[in-house]
Amino acid sequence: MNAIVRQLTGLRDWVDDRFPLMQLWNDHMARYYAPKNFNFWYYFGVLSLVAFVIQIVTGIWLVMNYKPDADFAFASVEYIMRDVDWGWLIRYMHSTGASAFFIVIYLHMFRALLYGSFKKPRELLWILGMLLYLSLMAEAFMGYLLPWGQMSFWGAQVIISLFGAIPVIGDALSTMIRGDFVVSDITLNRFFSLHVIALPFAIAGLVVLHIIALHEVGSNNPDGVEIKKLKGPDGHPLDGIPFHPYYTVKDSVGVVVFLMLFSMVVFFAPEMGGYFLEANNFIPADPMKTPLHIAPVWYFTPFYSILRANTINFLWLDAKLWGVVFMGLGVMILFLLPWLDRSPVKSIRYRGKLYKTALAIFVVAFLILGYLGVQPPTPARTMVAQACTVIYFLFFLLMPIYTKLDKTSPVPDRVTM
Amino acid sequence: MGSVTSVGPPGDDPGCRGGHADIAEYVGDPDDMTDNTVDTRRRRFLTGTATVIGGIGAGFAAVPFIASFQPSARAKAIGAPVEVDISKLEPGQRMIQKWRGKPVWIVRRTPAMIDGLKSFSAGVLRDPDSTNSAQPLYAKNVWRSEKPEYLVLVGVCTHLGCSPGFVPEMGAAGMGNPWNGGFFCPCHGSKFDLAGRVYIGVPAPANLVVPPYEFVSETRLVIGVDKENPA
Repeated sequence: MNAIVRQLTGLRDWVDDRFPLMQLWNDHMARYYAPKNFNFWYYFGVLSLVAFVIQIVTGIWLVMNYKPDADFAFASVEYIMRDVDWGWLIRYMHSTGASAFFIVIYLHMFRALLYGSFKKPRELLWILGMLLYLSLMAEAFMGYLLPWGQMSFWGAQVIISLFGAIPVIGDALSTMIRGDFVVSDITLNRFFSLHVIALPFAIAGLVVLHIIALHEVGSNNPDGVEIKKLKGPDGHPLDGIPFHPYYTVKDSVGVVVFLMLFSMVVFFAPEMGGYFLEANNFIPADPMKTPLHIAPVWYFTPFYSILRANTINFLWLDAKLWGVVFMGLGVMILFLLPWLDRSPVKSIRYRGKLYKTALAIFVVAFLILGYLGVQPPTPARTMVAQACTVIYFLFFLLMPIYTKLDKTSPVPDRVTM
Repeated sequence: MGSVTSVGPPGDDPGCRGGHADIAEYVGDPDDMTDNTVDTRRRRFLTGTATVIGGIGAGFAAVPFIASFQPSARAKAIGAPVEVDISKLEPGQRMIQKWRGKPVWIVRRTPAMIDGLKSFSAGVLRDPDSTNSAQPLYAKNVWRSEKPEYLVLVGVCTHLGCSPGFVPEMGAAGMGNPWNGGFFCPCHGSKFDLAGRVYIGVPAPANLVVPPYEFVSETRLVIGVDKENPA
């Protein structure tokens, strides 16, 4: 036994002389000091990494049987589902993985809103995270075209047409995105390329940058206390514990629980009542006929509702362009969060009633927008969507005011458990 | 780092083998190539020319990558006019014909439907006279067609490109008031009358597009060509 350990240690040292193996391990795991008071909300970072790995692995296998051709794409997906051994499982893992990815990402982002994780000195960390979110949206959107069902086709048609609303260059731009005057085989082919090569590369690179930036500034925590300010005689933060073994062990339990929930969906409800896989997408794409009720997949619906809520022409621009502008701003305004928040404290634990109330209203409005986005439009629903759109933007636009007025309580020097 | 080995060019001063930090000290006469000096002028010149020439090259190299995003020659070629037989189209019915990959609708309107087009009061339709909408000149009228009986439209919503559904019944449930029959886009709730004219208060900005078309006989028409746009 000892001989084997010696051999392995020797191998490690051999590598270490030629590659900074132990240095990387120490910098990012064994001697990366994370606050000791992480709670439930701090699982979602590692879980998004797990979701990413699931998508990459299942994606590699799906590409082995999928055909990116308008004449064969739909049938090749059904072939994977019916004829390829375990193909159904790999495909359901991929489709469920997409929704799971967004669930953990939204919870991960909400954690930042709760504990002010985007605030100085973590602004760049937040921006890198937002770029990841944007890339993930693009990745999910392009992936959704590939099964070439009715929802794939008409979803792509609507989203690409959004670019057509841009004055002057709009039409040429949407033609350029499609590579054709309508969504066609050409569009399918290029989305396939971007979905399996370009965007996964971009996401992987951004994940690395996100983690490097995180480990440079250090993790925030539920108290919003900078643990680096108080260090012990050994030079390590008093409230910090090494990521490995403390959080690797804790996270491994979280990952197993996540995988159990994930498996339950994959095996017992992979379509999730039409929210993860929409019923209309089991019909091959028909450019002549839009399904009676089309809605994007659930993770885009809040922004889709904002798009739909704009029905009034004002300021010389028509409603169509305003819808697109507000939808774009709805996503982009999140980038500004570190500068909109003027509160002296990070964590919601030490913020006053104003921020707590604003955040609660914002979450409710966001969920209502999400719900309305899957419902067919009616005049009453449009009015509710308009109200929620206003609330959505007021949360951000008024943030410099209410976070400044808010009565915060004193933040302790040390974290609390 | 181990022992000092010969890493510099021949004739290198042994004192500067430790790294670049030492070399940076030796900024001497740029024309003097014989000893260990750094010719910063030459360095700047080489960096500058490489940036400019390389940048121009990169610019040219980007052209094919960007241009290949444009519709290919084959995609552009699929634009031929199509001829349609409308002899089996009954009054009140709609048929769908594919043209340039898009649905084109041909609706045969009943006399009641044609009358309904004129009965809108002001403030119901966004562009009742089709001044900001796309149609050939012969279709710039109340019924937006060459012959009042036959409506020909590109069945693509001017909002975000869905294909609206056909709701021909007057006062159909859920369509609001007034409703003299028309088209309803399921995607974002845009409404159009039976001439493809858009209602106010919906996201679509303009009336549905009328393609160029002409009748070659009483029961046959060609979509994609007309007298103004011959094939």
